[in-house]
Amino acid sequence: MSELAWIEAALTSARPQAVGALLRYFRDLDTAEEAFQEACLRALKTWPVNGPPRDPAAWLVFVGRNAGVDAVRKRIRTTELPSEEVLSDLDDAEASMADRLDGSHYRDDVLRLLFICCHPGLPATQQIALALRIVSGLSVRQIARAFLVGEAAMEQRITRAKARIAADTVPFEAPGPVERAERLGTVAAMLYLVFNEGYSAGATDGDRFALCEEAIRLGRLLLRLFPAEPEIMGLLALMLLQHARAPARFAPDGTAVLLDQQDRGRWNRRLIAEGTALLEKAMRHAAPGAYQVQAAIAALHSGAATPADTDWAQIDLLYATLERLQPSPVVTLNRAVAVSKTRGAAAALELVEPLARPLAGYFSFHGLRGALLLQLERHGEAREAFDRAIALANTPAEAAHIRMHLDRLQEESAVRG
Amino acid sequence: MLYAILCYHQEDVVGCWSKEHEDAVMEKLHAVQERFARDGRLGPVARLLPTTAATTLRKDREPPLVLDGPFAETKEQLLGFYVVDVENLDHALDFAKELGKVNPGGSYELRPLSLFFPGALKA
Repeated sequence: MSELAWIEAALTSARPQAVGALLRYFRDLDTAEEAFQEACLRALKTWPVNGPPRDPAAWLVFVGRNAGVDAVRKRIRTTELPSEEVLSDLDDAEASMADRLDGSHYRDDVLRLLFICCHPGLPATQQIALALRIVSGLSVRQIARAFLVGEAAMEQRITRAKARIAADTVPFEAPGPVERAERLGTVAAMLYLVFNEGYSAGATDGDRFALCEEAIRLGRLLLRLFPAEPEIMGLLALMLLQHARAPARFAPDGTAVLLDQQDRGRWNRRLIAEGTALLEKAMRHAAPGAYQVQAAIAALHSGAATPADTDWAQIDLLYATLERLQPSPVVTLNRAVAVSKTRGAAAALELVEPLARPLAGYFSFHGLRGALLLQLERHGEAREAFDRAIALANTPAEAAHIRMHLDRLQEESAVRG
Repeated sequence: MLYAILCYHQEDVVGCWSKEHEDAVMEKLHAVQERFARDGRLGPVARLLPTTAATTLRKDREPPLVLDGPFAETKEQLLGFYVVDVENLDHALDFAKELGKVNPGGSYELRPLSLFFPGALKA
C-alpha cells in the first residue's frame, strides 16, 4: 500500500514536467496528455516489479514519447493518410530527444504548460479549471466538486477551454528573457487565483479548500525552476503565510473568525517559518513587487503574538507602497484600517470617504466606514453605513459581525435615552 | 561512534504525499526513533524546509556570493538528518534500514562524524 502511495506521489510530481516535455514534442495537448496517461499505466505495471526509476519524469517522457509516436502512427494508418513527412519528422525529433531532456528545457516546458492555461480569452475560473486538469492532473470530478458544479458541466467547460487554446498557436521555441518574465507574471497571477479560490471557500475541510495546497505545491515547483525570482518568492510566501492561519480561521460551528479574534496558537508555525524565510530571501533582491509587499503585511500579522502587538505603522507604510505598485480602492481601504490604528478614526475616514463611488457595492467599505463613524460617535451615519453593509454581506458571518455593531449602537442609544 | 544519517529524497515527490500518508510515515518513523532514544543512542534529529527556502553562500571569493536555492542541483535533495551513537557501521545500517522500511524511496547517506558539538540552543 505504501508502495502505491509512493508511485502515485511520483506520478503526480512528475506530471507538469512530463506533460510539458511531451507537449513540446508533440505540439498537441491531447496527444501529450494521452501519451502521459499511457506512460503512467506502464509505470504502474513495471515500477512495482523493477523498482522506481532514478528519474521518474525522464522515464515518463521517454515511455510517453514512444507511446505517443505509436498512437500517431496508428492514427495516420487508420485515416489512410500516410505522410512520410510526418513520420520522418517524428523520428528526427526522437533522435534529439535524449539530449534535450535537461533542466533548462523542463523549466520552459512547465512554464509553457502553465502559461497556455492563462489564455486571455478564457475567464479566470476556466483558466483555473484548465490548470488543475492539465498541470495538476486533478480528475474532472475533483475539479467539479471544488467548484460545486456537476461533473458533466465541468467536463464540457474544460473541453471548450481546451478547444479555445488549441485554436491559437502556442509558441514552442524557448522564450526570450522578456517574454519569459511576462509569462512568469501571468502564471503567478493564475496561481494566486487558484489559491484564492480555495482560500475563499467557507471552510477548511472541503475539496475547494484543497486548492490552497495545490497552489502552494505549484508555487514551490515554479520557484524551484526560477529560484532567483523575488516575486515568485513573494507569491509563495504570501500563500504560505495566509495558509498558515487556516486552522484558526473557522469556529467549530463553521463561522468565520476574524483575524484579531483568531487563536494564534493554532497558526501553523512551520508554514510561517517557510513563508518568512522566503520573504527575507526576496527582500535581499531589493526589487519590491506586489506579492512581496502583501507577503510582508501578512508576515507582520503572523509575527504579532497578540493583535495588540501588530506593527500597524509598518503595515500602513507597506499598504502605501502597495498603493503605488498596484493602485486600487480596495488597497486604500485596507490601508485605512492600518491608519485607524495609528492615527485614529478621523484620519482613516478621510482616506475612506473618497472611495464611496468605486466601492459603493463593497461590503467591507460600508463595514469599515460604519466602524470609523461609530468611533467618532457619529451614530446616525454609522447606523446607515452598517445597514448598507448588512445588505451587501457575502456570508452569514459577515452579516453577524455587522449586527454586533448595530446591537451595540442600539444598546448605547437605549442607555442614553 | 557517532554517525550522521543524511536523508535524501526527491522533495517534489515528498511534497505530493497526502496528509494521511505523511502523518502515517512520521508516526512510524517516530516509533523507530523512540527505540533508539530509549537506549540513549539518538542525538539531534532535524527535518529541513523545502530547498526553495534555502540560500547558498559561496565563500570562495571576497566578498562572498549569496545565491538563492540549494548548493547543488541534484535529483534528490537533502531533506533532513539524524545523529546517532552506534557501535559500528552495521549498527548504523540497522537503524537506517529500520527507518527505510517505514519510509521507502530515496536514500540515506551514513557519514561518521569527525566533530560534534551538541550546541546550546535556547528552548
